[in-house]
Amino acid sequence: MRKKIRLKEFFIEAVLFLSAASSIFITLSIVIILFYESYGFFKKIPIIEFLTGTQWTPLFAEPRFGVLPLVTGTLLTTSIALSVALPLGLIAAIYLSEYAPHKVRETVKPVLELLAAVPTVVYGYFALLFLTPILQKFIPDLSGFNALSPGIIMGIMIIPYVSSVSEDAMRAVPMHIKEGSYAMGATRLQTAFKVIIPAAFSGIAAAFIIGISRAIGETMVVAIAAGMMPNFTFNPLEPVQTFTSYIVMVSLGDVPHGTLEYKTIFAAGIALFFMTLFFNILGFFLRAKIRERY
Amino acid sequence: MSEMSIAISEKLKSEVKNLNFYYGAVQALKNISLPIERRKVTALIGPSGCGKTTFLRCFNRMHDLYPGNRYEGEIILYPDNINIISTEIDPIEIRMQISMVFQKPNPFPKSIYENVAYGLRVRGINNKQILNERVEKSLRGAALWEEVKDRLHDLAFELSGGQQQRLCIARALATDPRILLFDEPTSALDPTATSKIEELIIELKNEVTIIIVTHNMQQAARVSDSTAFMYLGEIIEFDRTEKIFTAPTKKLTEEYITGRFG
Repeated sequence: MRKKIRLKEFFIEAVLFLSAASSIFITLSIVIILFYESYGFFKKIPIIEFLTGTQWTPLFAEPRFGVLPLVTGTLLTTSIALSVALPLGLIAAIYLSEYAPHKVRETVKPVLELLAAVPTVVYGYFALLFLTPILQKFIPDLSGFNALSPGIIMGIMIIPYVSSVSEDAMRAVPMHIKEGSYAMGATRLQTAFKVIIPAAFSGIAAAFIIGISRAIGETMVVAIAAGMMPNFTFNPLEPVQTFTSYIVMVSLGDVPHGTLEYKTIFAAGIALFFMTLFFNILGFFLRAKIRERY
Repeated sequence: MSEMSIAISEKLKSEVKNLNFYYGAVQALKNISLPIERRKVTALIGPSGCGKTTFLRCFNRMHDLYPGNRYEGEIILYPDNINIISTEIDPIEIRMQISMVFQKPNPFPKSIYENVAYGLRVRGINNKQILNERVEKSLRGAALWEEVKDRLHDLAFELSGGQQQRLCIARALATDPRILLFDEPTSALDPTATSKIEELIIELKNEVTIIIVTHNMQQAARVSDSTAFMYLGEIIEFDRTEKIFTAPTKKLTEEYITGRFG
């Protein structure tokens, strides 16, 4: 009888372990495949040329493999998205954590989080067919595909990520610290900006980094509305291509397996991987730091 | 009558008249009346849940931060004769004049200097010279200057618990308050830090009127001039401190101070 129970326990433990291990295993295999395939790419294309070239035309008759246009495209759309998402997300978080009455917060927060549930392809067409025509009325030079419109839409898409994590961080600031500020005669706004934001700083920074990673990794919106044109520029009015939209384009095309063109997917993938990894690690350390203080 | 009220207002800093306080539908304070003498220490003692902290937090309108709380009656602040808890008075105006030191040291995530300057900065005082003077004066007032004068720009969290609490006292002093409220200021501190704070309170009463909530009866006996014993939201007895601790008139008070309950 006892033996049977012990066997059952062992079995359950093994299943739990395997489920937990599978996610690590899958992640590791992705990394290994990324490295393996891009190794094949970098055997033919020197890494210096890859990192410094300003033309990215792997599918042309005379291919060029300079990744910088994808870097600028990604940085451009990401920074437009962040300049929308960070301020608005932070303001929303301040309102929800410090101003909104209980009832308002309980309604607004789920609605805001619903923004994250809209499929990104919908956002993409929203940028292309709704926002771009409106922007063109104000900016006649704006081309039909551009970095600006998908950047703004991505920013709106990211707001709930930023606001939700920042709000949690602000609400985690102990009440007696907030009361200390009110007791000195500070207003709500002074308390929010002078005490709560500095106290919740590492949590807010973590929220920003989640937003950055989200913007860098976003695919659909830029693939649809940014124009798929590797363009070495920082002009938001022009069409651009990001890492992600390049990968989509080549994956969906008829590039034969195993060719150099095919391997560019992995080269772009690994560059993207290191970019988001960097921000995620930064976010991890900031979140670990948040627990030290209080 | 007018002569008498002048005499009172010279001696009194504040006067509580028939104060009732409600957390929503629950009445937490019942018909409290109490004189607060100028430049004296008034202690509020009583068992946990008797309403002493609730009472203290009426003086700087802290209850206004949370919805559903309601005051009735008057807390008159002399010599201006304003009613602190009147809904026509902006609580921020009150908090600018009545400072508070909390149970747990609660410095802000800022430098030592900026912690003390905080109350001045929220009033729009940014003149460097004024700030320097007031910061030094307040830190001296809180007996902390000598310990921190060489590291004013370090983070306040690097100080010890007792130093942090004295920093909070300096922060409260910086705005030149008319009343200083202490809410069990030593409950999170060790005995050495506690006696330092107590010495400080005795010294500070030369400058400012003090009300202190404490669960420690020896502390009330050591630092205060008069003591109010509270029980279930009411003031049971109020008198000179030595009288309360040596010859209380109410049986409940005697039982509490001799440690038979609470």
